[in-house]
Amino acid sequence: MKRIVTAMVHNRSGVLNRVTGLLAKRQFNIESISVGRTEKEGVSKMTFVVEVEDERKLEQLTKQLNKQIDVLKVSDITDKAIVARELAMIKVISGPQVRSEIQGIIEPFRATVIDVSKESMTVQVTGASDKVDAIIELLRPYGIKELARTGLTAFTRGQQPQMTEIKSYSLLK
Amino acid sequence: MKVETKPMEQTTTRTGADLLVEALVDQGVETLFGYPGGAVLPIYDALYRAKGSFEHILPRHEQGAVHAAEGYARVSGRAGVVIGTSGPGATNLITGIADAMMDSIPLVIFTGQVAKGVIGTDAFQESDVMGITTPITKHNYQVQHIEELPRIVKEAFHIATTGRPGPVVVDIPKDICATVTEEKVESKFHLPGYQPTVKPNPLQINKLYEALKTAKKPVVLAGAGVIHSGGSEELKEFVRNYQLPVANTLLGLGSYPGSDDLSLGMAGMHGTYAANMALYECDLLINIGARFDDRLTGNLKHFAPQAKVAHIDIDPAEIGKNVPTHLPIVSDAKAALKSLNQKQIEPLDHQEWMEQQEKNKRDFPLWHDESGDGVVPQWLMKKVYDYTKGNAIVTTDVGQHQMWAAQYYHFERPNRWVTSGGLGTMGFGFPAAIGAQLGDMDSTVVAVVGDGGFQMTLQELSVLQERKLPVKVLIVNNQALGMVRQWQEKFYEQRYSESIIDVQPDFVKLAESYQIPGYKLETPEEVEEHLPKILKDSHPALIDCRVLQKENVYPMIAPGKGLHEMIGVKP
Repeated sequence: MKRIVTAMVHNRSGVLNRVTGLLAKRQFNIESISVGRTEKEGVSKMTFVVEVEDERKLEQLTKQLNKQIDVLKVSDITDKAIVARELAMIKVISGPQVRSEIQGIIEPFRATVIDVSKESMTVQVTGASDKVDAIIELLRPYGIKELARTGLTAFTRGQQPQMTEIKSYSLLK
Repeated sequence: MKVETKPMEQTTTRTGADLLVEALVDQGVETLFGYPGGAVLPIYDALYRAKGSFEHILPRHEQGAVHAAEGYARVSGRAGVVIGTSGPGATNLITGIADAMMDSIPLVIFTGQVAKGVIGTDAFQESDVMGITTPITKHNYQVQHIEELPRIVKEAFHIATTGRPGPVVVDIPKDICATVTEEKVESKFHLPGYQPTVKPNPLQINKLYEALKTAKKPVVLAGAGVIHSGGSEELKEFVRNYQLPVANTLLGLGSYPGSDDLSLGMAGMHGTYAANMALYECDLLINIGARFDDRLTGNLKHFAPQAKVAHIDIDPAEIGKNVPTHLPIVSDAKAALKSLNQKQIEPLDHQEWMEQQEKNKRDFPLWHDESGDGVVPQWLMKKVYDYTKGNAIVTTDVGQHQMWAAQYYHFERPNRWVTSGGLGTMGFGFPAAIGAQLGDMDSTVVAVVGDGGFQMTLQELSVLQERKLPVKVLIVNNQALGMVRQWQEKFYEQRYSESIIDVQPDFVKLAESYQIPGYKLETPEEVEEHLPKILKDSHPALIDCRVLQKENVYPMIAPGKGLHEMIGVKP
């Protein structure tokens, strides 16, 4: 099962190495990692997307992370109300004749064009990972020259719903 | 040439190396195990100026230093301190650091590093100590500024010795040791991410107590955590109040008196029938400070299948790691036992269970055949126990001799048994004995080693000679890598690939070349005649005891089998 785990860590050299080394040593499959500074001086936040077999494996993962001296707090936020975003930049092959067509495709995703050349254009998109997946799939037929994704970064919403049964739904699903 | 030594008070400015030495004095360090070299020259210069503050032991290989520090820590209960130089000095320490990590031994290891300006350029004697030691340490540091040095040393000792103990590496670039400072530097430490839970949750303790009241087949599994926490007395009180049978892990030997009526002996691959059957049949398993190692549990499918499992451990990550746990208690073993001992004692209704334990112990004891022509190794271990009245500190490598020592030397108290459990390190036993002796000069220390393992670190005989440490090195010499040979016999159709070692040095002459008395004992009569006296002597000795080559360690749980499927059990 796919889980989103965040860890607050001391911003010291070698921390990322320590954490990824730990996960590799214990055979956890990391799908993505993103790291960056937080509002607190000297504290960074790591967001992992990991594929784990079961609850026990997940428990090991959080416990092992917590054991690290430089790790301040570990949370599995998968089942919480969260905001999760990823950024992707996609360089698409695009002659002048398909440019407006591509513009039309990316608009509903609120993606923007950040670079244009004779044969290509670069699109920037932010959002949940499945939205990023979706736009990539739509652009793939035109030919993707280069693709870079940041990996997911996430935290819990300011307010958590009182009843956990209520799930957000949409008419599209 | 006479070298003038300056008393430290006279210097108004101090180098990083001086700060390090002061920090070590502050920590109450008395013994250092170290080997000098280019990158630690400033440290050794500061040690020279601070002469008399420490006893410095110079091994003949860095691996010897770190195993000796482990032996010292195991016996004295204090952190072992190691100094090694950069590059090869640091990499030679790796086996010992990994060993200490697996067995939760508190060590603080200082490694020299090349100067900050050339780190990362593949400079002479550079190695990535942080990268190499990250997976095998509880924590590690590389000092970046001289101001951090005192704080880091303080933190390193704190981390190494509290919570679940373990090794901490401090890597110090050479220029930081040589930098001069006049300022007074703060050494306050700040570790918000490190708060080990020492006291148990009272609700969980109550639950365990309730489970105990209704248990019909309870058993206690006592591990090294009991020893590390200093909780042996509390364990005795707990076990005797409720009349619980106690099985020990390999590293937990001595946490409960081995010859006591309630002791089932060691559990696991070469454990006793009684201990393993108790773990298999129990309805309540109380694990105190053991980590359910695979050599203990055998096939997890058959491990305590009907039991409610309670697990007391200071490391939350150990709970539920291998065996699903019904009653997790994150706590120091001693603190948890104290809480349990405060409960009102209600006698348990488990007469039948206790009788069964008695019967298992009586009907299926450890056995060996003494009819062979030559010295039977199990018999030899029994004799060592008899001659030292069970009071010696015994260190071992890994292998057959280790298992025989564990089976036949009944440890009555903690901190007497120093063995490489988790990593299973050949070459551990002899240097560990040196450290153990330094940690307790009044006890007899016997290094029980195999002829294979001894040859991995025998250069430390120099330290025995130099320091006149009365360590007794007992080589259980079967001219083979015994455990390898045993597995090849059992599981590889007797294809003894590279496990028989016919060509050996003359160990007696070897000892003599180090000016240590050497003895060769080849028959039971010779053992009985000479060994008692040798063990009593106040000087070091090397005993090359020739034992039967084909002797195997029994009973045994074959790989992949469960606790109830032991082979080599005889009534």
